[in-house]
Amino acid sequence: MTSSVGSTTGTAGAPLVVPAVTAAPPRRRRRRGSALRRQERWAGWLFVLPALIILLVFLVIPIGLAFYVSLTRWDGLSSPFGGGAKFVGLDNYKNLITVDNLTRQNFATSIRNNFYFVLFVVPLQTALALFLAVLLNNKFLKGRSYFRTAFFFPSVTSSIATTLVFLFLFSGSGAINQLLGFVGIHGPNWTADSRGVFHQAVRVVGVDSAPGWAQHQFFNLSWWDWFSGPSVAMVVIITLVVWTTSGTFMLMFLAGLQNINDEVLEASEVDGATAWQRFRLVTLPMLRPTLILVLTLGLISTWQVFDQIYLTGNNPATITPAYLSYNQSFQNSAFGIGAAIAFMLFALIILLAALQRRLVGTGED
Amino acid sequence: MSVRNYSPPWRRGVGYAALILFGLVFIGPFLIQLATSFKTDADAANNSLSLIPHPATLAAWKRIFGFTDNAGIPFGRWLTNSIIVATFITLGRVFLDSLAGYALARLRFVGRQAVFWSILAVLAVPGAVLLIPRFLVLKELTLFNSYPGMILPIIVDAAGIFLMRQFFVNIPTTMEEAARIDGAGVFRTYWSVILPMARPGLITLTILAFQGSWNEFQLFLVSTSDPKYNTLTTGLAKFSSGQLGAGTQYPLTLGAALLSTIPVAIVFFAFQRHFIGGQLTAAVKG
Repeated sequence: MTSSVGSTTGTAGAPLVVPAVTAAPPRRRRRRGSALRRQERWAGWLFVLPALIILLVFLVIPIGLAFYVSLTRWDGLSSPFGGGAKFVGLDNYKNLITVDNLTRQNFATSIRNNFYFVLFVVPLQTALALFLAVLLNNKFLKGRSYFRTAFFFPSVTSSIATTLVFLFLFSGSGAINQLLGFVGIHGPNWTADSRGVFHQAVRVVGVDSAPGWAQHQFFNLSWWDWFSGPSVAMVVIITLVVWTTSGTFMLMFLAGLQNINDEVLEASEVDGATAWQRFRLVTLPMLRPTLILVLTLGLISTWQVFDQIYLTGNNPATITPAYLSYNQSFQNSAFGIGAAIAFMLFALIILLAALQRRLVGTGED
Repeated sequence: MSVRNYSPPWRRGVGYAALILFGLVFIGPFLIQLATSFKTDADAANNSLSLIPHPATLAAWKRIFGFTDNAGIPFGRWLTNSIIVATFITLGRVFLDSLAGYALARLRFVGRQAVFWSILAVLAVPGAVLLIPRFLVLKELTLFNSYPGMILPIIVDAAGIFLMRQFFVNIPTTMEEAARIDGAGVFRTYWSVILPMARPGLITLTILAFQGSWNEFQLFLVSTSDPKYNTLTTGLAKFSSGQLGAGTQYPLTLGAALLSTIPVAIVFFAFQRHFIGGQLTAAVKG
């Protein structure tokens, strides 16, 4: 389901949800002796072999190669396996974490950016998707299927095309600023604005520079910078991704809602529960498995955001680890560093997936 | 009377208002995109919210289709490349994913469980960490800057295999058994009995594969550097990355982006049921 989620994420790569394993097919009676069984035995391998070879050659082995590269200094030109790359052990990882330099500062910045991105996108897209699903589940509204189509449509389009549209909408004299102008707000120059949203918020109460305690550095960023919130430019990407992915998650919630027994809701209504009480006490608990699925998929895909960042360019206000990994390798010719960043991101996502399994485990008890 | 079928008029009003408001939020950007493609550069920059181009011009579209000396973008080449790679990837996925899915669902062979779990593990690999690995292997195999290099790495996808496995598991075994009693071998049974029955599943897989390969960006970005291999996604992205800040050429880029969206939009509106079903199966069940 590449696209389905994320592309944050676009459809961001294969989402990492562990499929429910259906029971193996029932054992069939052997009607035609062992000749057929023998045929089945090698036919089975023959059927899966092409797929296995492709996945092995273009996915499993490459990950191994990239891990080796993450232990080298390699400029991307000659072959890294024929002496073109200098083996440096864990230096790339150590440098990213311990050496006080620009690369570490970029790495820290990218993690901060992505953290705030996740912090805003996951709750917002989940809430919006749930809201739209509940809205569409109202049986007294006509034309719901047309609106479902409209809400889902951005999810199936290309991340590049939608990003271009949003960069235009949020340009200095763009549609968003014109809309804001109608209500008397002078909008910022969104994509070029690297100021942190939290910094802007505390300005209102008169704090416009780092207080003493926040000037201390941690991983090359001052505490003040760590607590900046997403940059104004990142707000554009947050809006864009919420807009593109909510449709897919909405469908998941709709499927979940359709499994809720109408009689339970009607009974609670007869008992005098208000619409909000019905939602909070009946609908929401019954949607728990879907909610966990949506949160997990969201969490995993938002940590991989890349396409949208690529289009906004190499800007400290929006770089993420996935983009930095690409940028270090393909633009800076530091493939070792780039690969090391990719593997740290990999570890983080695996960690999140493990967390999901625990959550899902408790959710199904 | 069912309680839920009645609702006071004010609640209906609020419901419709919310539907229309969000309808505008989700479709509005596409309308602005369409209108902008008929605007002049200056009009696009100054009246970006307006849905009526003033003055209306075909200048951007002429440049997209190459009817001017100043062609702007090699749209035809991007389109051709997108069609070539999407066609091969879609055909490959439909054939190879369904073969593997069938074997995992129905054929008994030693190691089936191991294969099943390996593919599950592959499904869990996050796409964003594959940028460098894919570049590396294509370079080693001297497939960098070539069509096979853009196609082979994603000609099979684990999600598609699971989609098909799920589908085959749910097909009744009676037909298959009847065919076997009649003396048909595994291949014949698969080709002439199973595949025709699997049509709905194959349609879903075709659609998802087409949408996925048409919108693919990351693989094409790291598997090519020569502009002659640019697809609609990489071409548009490289053309606009870092340039849009200048505020120029919006009609051109948005028009080209709109054109690149249309094939998937047509498939989406024609086969929406499959889209939705497929997305859900893929997401929920793998």
